[in-house]
Amino acid sequence: MATSAAAIQVERVAVRNKAARSDSLLPAGIVTTFLSVIVLLPLAAVAARAFTGGSFWSEVFAADALASLRLSLIASLGVAVVNAVAGTLIAWVLVRDDFWGKPFLNALIDLPFALPTIVAGLTLVALYGPHSPVHINVAYTQAAVFLALLFVTLPFVVRSVQPVLMELDREMEEAAASLGAGILQTYARIIFPTILPALISGVALGFARSIGEFGSVVLISGNIPFKTEVAAVHVFGQIESGDIAGAATVSVVLLALSCAVLLALNALQRRGLRHGG
Amino acid sequence: MVAKLALRYTAFAYLAAILALPVGMIFYRSFEHGVFAAWQAVTQPDALHALWLTLLIAGIAVPMNTVFGVLCALLLVRSKMRFARILDVLVDLPFAVSPVVVGLALVLVYGRQGWFGPWLLAHDIRVIFALPGMVLATVFVSLPFVVREVVPVLRETGEDQEQAARTLGASPWQAFWRVTLPSIRWGVTYGVVLTTARALGEFGAVSVVAGHLAGVTQTLTLYVDDRFEAFDLTGAYVASVVLALLAFATLFSMNALARKEA
Amino acid sequence: MTLFARRATVAAALIATSAALALQPRPASADGSVQLNLIAYSTPREAYADLVKAFQATPAGQNVTFSQSFGASGEQSRAVAAGLPADVVAFSLEPDITKLVTAGLVSADWNKDKYHGMVTDSVVVFVVRKGNPKNIRAWADLIKPGVDVITPNPFTSGGARWNIMAAYGAMLKRGSSPNYAIAYLSKLFDHISVQDKSGRDSLQTFTSGKGDVMLAYENEAILAQSNGSDVDFVVPDQTILIENPIAVVTGSQHPQQARAFVDFLRTPQAQAIFAAHGYRPVLKNVPTKVRFPQPHTLFDINYLGGWQAVQTKFFDPQNGQVAQIERALGIAGGH
Repeated sequence: MATSAAAIQVERVAVRNKAARSDSLLPAGIVTTFLSVIVLLPLAAVAARAFTGGSFWSEVFAADALASLRLSLIASLGVAVVNAVAGTLIAWVLVRDDFWGKPFLNALIDLPFALPTIVAGLTLVALYGPHSPVHINVAYTQAAVFLALLFVTLPFVVRSVQPVLMELDREMEEAAASLGAGILQTYARIIFPTILPALISGVALGFARSIGEFGSVVLISGNIPFKTEVAAVHVFGQIESGDIAGAATVSVVLLALSCAVLLALNALQRRGLRHGG
Repeated sequence: MVAKLALRYTAFAYLAAILALPVGMIFYRSFEHGVFAAWQAVTQPDALHALWLTLLIAGIAVPMNTVFGVLCALLLVRSKMRFARILDVLVDLPFAVSPVVVGLALVLVYGRQGWFGPWLLAHDIRVIFALPGMVLATVFVSLPFVVREVVPVLRETGEDQEQAARTLGASPWQAFWRVTLPSIRWGVTYGVVLTTARALGEFGAVSVVAGHLAGVTQTLTLYVDDRFEAFDLTGAYVASVVLALLAFATLFSMNALARKEA
Repeated sequence: MTLFARRATVAAALIATSAALALQPRPASADGSVQLNLIAYSTPREAYADLVKAFQATPAGQNVTFSQSFGASGEQSRAVAAGLPADVVAFSLEPDITKLVTAGLVSADWNKDKYHGMVTDSVVVFVVRKGNPKNIRAWADLIKPGVDVITPNPFTSGGARWNIMAAYGAMLKRGSSPNYAIAYLSKLFDHISVQDKSGRDSLQTFTSGKGDVMLAYENEAILAQSNGSDVDFVVPDQTILIENPIAVVTGSQHPQQARAFVDFLRTPQAQAIFAAHGYRPVLKNVPTKVRFPQPHTLFDINYLGGWQAVQTKFFDPQNGQVAQIERALGIAGGH
């Protein structure tokens, strides 16, 4: 019996190794080719265009390019802060509270993921634009940019934090309460540290999304250079004006920013996994 | 108790102001001038063509990304090669790229003055300002979804069943088709739903590569923008409602599937 | 096959089939119908809607369908040069056609007819709020303190270039020296708060409540009023004659029908339709009830040296006057 069990084991390993070697090659080839043609090649073209011609830094520091980058960065940071708070709050309510229509509300959170950005922009124009029924008109202001970014990044923090909250062990909170800890203390000492990794993840993803946002901002903000023109709209304007070098340059900066954020997040998550966090 | 209610109603107020009310407005504005006017707007030839084009592009992009996604997930989870780590990072790239940059990138490769421009011109193949360019843009932006949904499912499923099949004499293809695929089917389906939603809703990238030729290279999202620019607000709102309904259908599928998986 | 696999295969097959069907080349002229691509600047959308219908009612226009694209004149010209398929191009001003002649897409004799290649005229006007509360009547009023001027971006929009040359020429006509006229332009740019992509975008901005005065084509002002916007317009004493060109693209698949369409646009019937939409006809004695006010002092681009010279001197993206002014003021437009 032992020998046949061992023999099966050996055969299994042999099959697995053979499978790992030969099976991987064709899929690997297809995957690499597809990824290279669809993603890497076009991005390489942008980088190439940005760095040939020797005008990279002058393009980046062109006043309107800088202004648009600054607006995108600051708006995205501001939105990240609001999302951290609002997103956690909403996740909390969805997990801990119970009310009529909760499943419906829960499903609604994903709407910004599913709705086209131009439609999102139009909905904001409808409610907060020149013909607003509630007489709130933020069109052509920086508030409009902020609002549009809040819309599209809404689900990120909520969906990151929600699963963690669901898994949270209530016993710890109950123990803390029984030891006399107030709500704030419980939150700060027990809940917050637990959700922090998920919170950071949600905020980072939302940030990477919002610095490159285009469709939702383009209708309501008026795209006024130096005032309400975000980086992606600036790039679009460059392309349309024929300033391809300028467009490529700002694009590279945007890419670098969001890639940096995602890489940092990736590294953090890997560290967290290794430390068993 | 008070705290609980306060939290609840704050959440409601925020969601209403940011999400529910704006979306509700476009439904209201669409039918403001009557159902007939809305129906007329949505059955304009340009609107119908835009819808058809949007569905066509999704119909090409989604299967491509599904096949890629499954293969890529297999590689990421099963492969012992080190390149799987790089692949992991690369697959997430489309999330980091602004849609307008995607459009620019494609123009730089396939446009008249792009890397392949002269060759394409010589062979009378049109990529930019035509369907292939729009498909490429859509494939780019919706690339990661299937991969990301299938990877965790694949990890959980493990290789035991497959190996059992192989030792029983099944070919790699048979093992994949009959054992692996069914075990990841809900992950694949969920990924396909997300990919479809993203493909239907793409705007920024196709804005750059399409050339806004109404009735020829205008997707439904581009049509919304076009109607808005033409002062035809009803047309814009009605087309948005169609897109919003597609989005709701996506949400519904997502939720139904999530429950099935659980 | 599991149920799921079967369903998935069917779905994939359906998608593949419909994709294959959709990608079939359309049977060329199976029913004799021809499609023309009209690429135009941003404002004549409504006019061409009516003109196309009228053309299709003529013998030459039977079985001709149109695909129309409207956008900022400069952008559209660039797009066609970059490969956007076109049969007929109708732009805001001559340089945008000249660009295509240089690119080999329009023949060099496109404007050797008695209309010099033009299809409509207009003038630059001031569009103001209803009742003209800030009493803006003259070019000098535009640079009064607190006046917010709306005009598009001259590096993308044809209308913007007409506006700027109208301002410059008006100063010259009033007896100012060229230096003073440039200084005026600099002051004017200081009052411009938004630079939209196209004339049509500017109109949208203005009618949404932004700005005190918009520089625009007369035909846009007329359109805004007929749309019920609360605006008036003033024809300043000195203004420029706007001339809008049209041409057939040499690479067109259907040159005959394209030519027929362009010829149709210069018939009395078509010119009357243009007039009804606020465009000044290029034809004399067009049967129309629309009366266009005659400006006190009307000049054209030749008074300023012609578009070739003007384009270089004023609108060169690096060294033109406008670029210099914008750089000095720290505004964006184009580099």
